[in-house]
Amino acid sequence: MFYKTLLLLSESGTGPQSWLLDVNPGVLLWTIIIFTFLLLILKKVAWKPILSALDEREKFIRESIQKAEDAQKQAEDMLKANQERLAQAEEEAQKIIEQGREYAEKVKEQILSESKDEARKMISEAQIIIERKNQESFAKLKTEIADIAVGAAEKIIRAELSAEKQKALVDSYIKELNQN
Amino acid sequence: MALAEVKEVAEHVAEKHGDSGGSWIIHHILDSDTFFGLFPLPDYLTNHVMFMLIASVLLIFALSRAASSYKKSFVPTGFTNLIEIFIVFIRDEVVKPTIGKGYEKFLPFLLTIFFFILTVNFLGLIPNGSTATGNIAVTSGLALISFFMIQAAGIKKNGLLGYFKGLIPHGIPAFVLPVMIVVELLGLLTKPFALAIRLFANMTAGHVIILSLIGLIFILKTVLVSPVSVGFALFIYLLEILVAFIQAYIFTILSSLFIGMAVHQEH
Repeated sequence: MFYKTLLLLSESGTGPQSWLLDVNPGVLLWTIIIFTFLLLILKKVAWKPILSALDEREKFIRESIQKAEDAQKQAEDMLKANQERLAQAEEEAQKIIEQGREYAEKVKEQILSESKDEARKMISEAQIIIERKNQESFAKLKTEIADIAVGAAEKIIRAELSAEKQKALVDSYIKELNQN
Repeated sequence: MALAEVKEVAEHVAEKHGDSGGSWIIHHILDSDTFFGLFPLPDYLTNHVMFMLIASVLLIFALSRAASSYKKSFVPTGFTNLIEIFIVFIRDEVVKPTIGKGYEKFLPFLLTIFFFILTVNFLGLIPNGSTATGNIAVTSGLALISFFMIQAAGIKKNGLLGYFKGLIPHGIPAFVLPVMIVVELLGLLTKPFALAIRLFANMTAGHVIILSLIGLIFILKTVLVSPVSVGFALFIYLLEILVAFIQAYIFTILSSLFIGMAVHQEH
């Protein structure tokens, strides 16, 4: 069979096609041989390296996209967390301000009421003192007036009462006593 | 003057081929024992075999260069880019959808057949060149290889008995079985036959039309028809470029489809 094949190949050029549908068995065999060798050579030289390179590149691209997506997701998560934290901080700050305002209000109220009380106390104390001073000065005035009156009376009595008059007065007084 | 020359050529052709009809057209398409119409070849070679060898050498050179460029960088440039477009197209648009799972095993064969047919088709478009795929012996050889690939793929996947059993549709009554076996066997053989005839006829037809259009000048023996002839011939030539791609694609996708059918018989 091998010999027959060789014979066919060796004669492929001797019987040139005389009509379109002539099948030259030599050319048919040549085609199969050429194609088989081409397939084997190209498989080793071209298809394996090219296809593996393409696969590798596709894998690389897929991985790169995955990585980029992961990174974006991470960044988004981080942004979200940051925003949340920011909102929280703002809320806290608002709360602190609110608290401070409330405290200040309370302190104000307290100070106001305390000062009112103080003032009231001071007023009442002052009134008591004024009252006492009044009384004191009234008492002083009373004694002074009495003294002045006694002095004046003395002066009047001294001017009016001569020795005889005094004697007459004492006599009348004694008389009265006797009658009783 | 031109008119006299045209007449002279027409008479010369008629004298040489015995008639002024179409036989000279066929002569230009047929395989010959001179390479490129210039160099005589030894007994074991023909013009078409030489063109196939040239196509193989070109392919090995070009594709190995493209392959080595991937070692330098993952990013394809220039020629590698062009090659890659075809490879990726065959892989993603032809082989993957028709064979499906396990398509990788058949990729080298289908890529080779695509690039081989494409290159041979294009070599036939070189002026004074010859289209080896316009030779029925060549297309028969390619179809035979495809046929064996299809059967081998089916037998390897489903087992010898399983494969031939799977060819016959399920649930048919027993009495039609003899008929079905004959029909299915015929179907197996028709597929490569159609592949061979389709490629051969398509590649031959374009050349016949171009030669006929040019021959019109000599048949009508007037140079005045030459603008029409050349214009139409140019149009057919451009069409042949398209056909070169289409036929390579069709041969590949049909082979791929038949392999897919042989491998996944449940469909």
